[in-house]
Amino acid sequence: MDFRFTAEQQELREQARAFLDRRVPTADLARTVDSGDGWDVSSWGEIASLGWLGVSVEEADGGAGLSFLEEAILLEEFGRHLYPGPYLATIGMALPAVPGAQLGALVSGRMRWSTCMSDDAGLVANLQAVDRVVLEAGAELLVVEATGSPATSIDPSRRMGRLAPTVDREVLATGASARSLASAMRTRRLAALAAEAVGVAQQMLEWGLEHVREREQFGRKIGSYQAVSHPLVDSYVGIELARSLTYWAAWCISHDAVDRQRAAIAAYSAASEAAVFTCERVIQVHGGMGFIWESPLHRYYKRALWIQNFGGPARLHRAWLARDLIAGAAQTALETATPSDEGGSTP
Amino acid sequence: MELRDTEAEAEFRSRLRAWIAENLPPQLVGLGTRTEPLEPLRSWSRSLSQAGYVGLTWPSEFGGGGGAYALDAIVLEELARAQAPQHLGAIGIGMAGPTIMAYGTDSQKRRFLPRILSADEIWCQGFSEPGAGSDLASVRTRSERRGDHVVVSGQKVWSSYAHLADWCILVTLGDPMAPRYHGLNYLLVDMHSPGVEVRPLRQMTGDADFNEIFFTDVQVPAANLLGAEGEGWQVAMTTLLHERATLGFALTGLLDAALHRLLQLAAEDPAAAEPWLADIAREWIQLQGLKLTAQRSLGQLGVTGMPGPEGSVIKLGWSESTQRLTKLARTLLGPEAVLDDGFWHYQQLRSRANSIEAGTSEILRNIVAERVLGLPRSR
Repeated sequence: MDFRFTAEQQELREQARAFLDRRVPTADLARTVDSGDGWDVSSWGEIASLGWLGVSVEEADGGAGLSFLEEAILLEEFGRHLYPGPYLATIGMALPAVPGAQLGALVSGRMRWSTCMSDDAGLVANLQAVDRVVLEAGAELLVVEATGSPATSIDPSRRMGRLAPTVDREVLATGASARSLASAMRTRRLAALAAEAVGVAQQMLEWGLEHVREREQFGRKIGSYQAVSHPLVDSYVGIELARSLTYWAAWCISHDAVDRQRAAIAAYSAASEAAVFTCERVIQVHGGMGFIWESPLHRYYKRALWIQNFGGPARLHRAWLARDLIAGAAQTALETATPSDEGGSTP
Repeated sequence: MELRDTEAEAEFRSRLRAWIAENLPPQLVGLGTRTEPLEPLRSWSRSLSQAGYVGLTWPSEFGGGGGAYALDAIVLEELARAQAPQHLGAIGIGMAGPTIMAYGTDSQKRRFLPRILSADEIWCQGFSEPGAGSDLASVRTRSERRGDHVVVSGQKVWSSYAHLADWCILVTLGDPMAPRYHGLNYLLVDMHSPGVEVRPLRQMTGDADFNEIFFTDVQVPAANLLGAEGEGWQVAMTTLLHERATLGFALTGLLDAALHRLLQLAAEDPAAAEPWLADIAREWIQLQGLKLTAQRSLGQLGVTGMPGPEGSVIKLGWSESTQRLTKLARTLLGPEAVLDDGFWHYQQLRSRANSIEAGTSEILRNIVAERVLGLPRSR
């Protein structure tokens, strides 16, 4: 067992952070997000030329032949910078369903994707910024044009739209293969949301720490008061556990491990809650400054809330997980022998 | 990143699993950190040592296996999976041993380390005092140098295994005039010396697993100072870092065993469990998060040889999870929860100590705030 990222993976993270610091600086967020298209469309071509749209795509299709683990690193960094483009939609959600013939256009940045699963109520992330939508309709997975009406998102940095009914559709998969593809998409989406949430939470925690190290009241730095520092420690603990779970989920998905669905639920549950909790703690320790429009804090909070809602209530995911675990426990109780080792990756 | 066992790890794990199945007496299953029945526990501890499953990462010159830290983690996981009781030499193995390796003279290492590994000598810890709990630097137990001996007088408390122990890692005040943190000594004390008296403390569980220790003019050879005179604080900090680091896997192991029981309880009466499903899964998620985080910090230990402060994070998360999980189990028991079932009632009471022992949650939060997050000192 070895939980370390490779030198290449660490380099990818540093490269992404440097690019995003320069290209998506916090100071520009309000200007970019609150007007026009809501994102800088020209950034997409640059992301494509950095190779980040083809990370897990096979080399034969123009990709780098790496895995979701590398994509999770990028998703975390995009989350940390609140990148408003459709990276989560295209890579974190739609990619497993994109037909081979259209991968080239995706990798080169000419075509962007999003998804609409049966429980999304017709709402599509980044609808106006993408070209195609993978639509789950009954027992079928379809590809449709990204047309519909804008809907006001709770997170202005992640615009939403309501998909228009369309007759122009391409059938991707039906029956069992549609079910299995949709399940893979759901697992990937949860893990991708978890990675974004870890990035959001980490950035917020760092801002909170910077503030309480400097801000003085009653003649002392407020970070020296335990009523201020201990909730930030709880945030840190929550983020670190969520981070471990997220990397585990990403690893499981990239290795097609039997635990991938459990791991993705665990990561999403922990990370989405850690992100909201951290945002709320950090806003609190900023006092009145944490509540004003000009501060970036509310933008991160809105993304955390969006993640918490878009991925579906964590309590429901956990209830499913518990039924699965309890069924497993009942099974083990029946078997007197030790449980089989089917190459699972539960730590 | 590779989150499966390597081939060698998998083989090690399966050999160990078979060994445990063959050697763990059923009467010891689920005992946790209790110290009764003593003789079977003693022979279980010895057989673990003889089979080579203790001190796997210690240098071979002291009888260790010279192996990677990952092997220790596997041993702790598998022992927990089998609900095996804690090794009676846990304090020697996890705390005294690593500290002696870090600060000991050659003759101290040769004298003490092999007997820790062989389970021939049991260790206890003399840190806390009635007036020095979280504030360890304010210990009042005195040690005075007289020729080639130091003479120790004072009182220690909350000392697990002291009633069985042969040796004690003891923190004393050597120089009351020295500035705070500079007057402490760290001694290796023979518990069979004249003037050492151990009195058991009965806990709210009814068990008496830990003790008070009274020292009255106890003569300790000066050769049993660990580290330099006055350097006791640094030596003690090394002990505590190791305590929380190796503790990580043992703790998640205990939580794993409790979670396993919780799931079985839920499986026996799924209807009763229905309203609590999301809460049950939360503890499973928390456990996986703690285990994985312990693995992540193991990478650090492998690089520097010294545990990082992540151990505090795991201890903090573990104690809270154990306490929540126990309450959950008692909810699932329904009306039966008013009866002492021999496990959950014990857990409910025992888990209250989890956020006090080995660093209170408040102190651990201070440690993380100051040493990990770089926040200003709170005092």
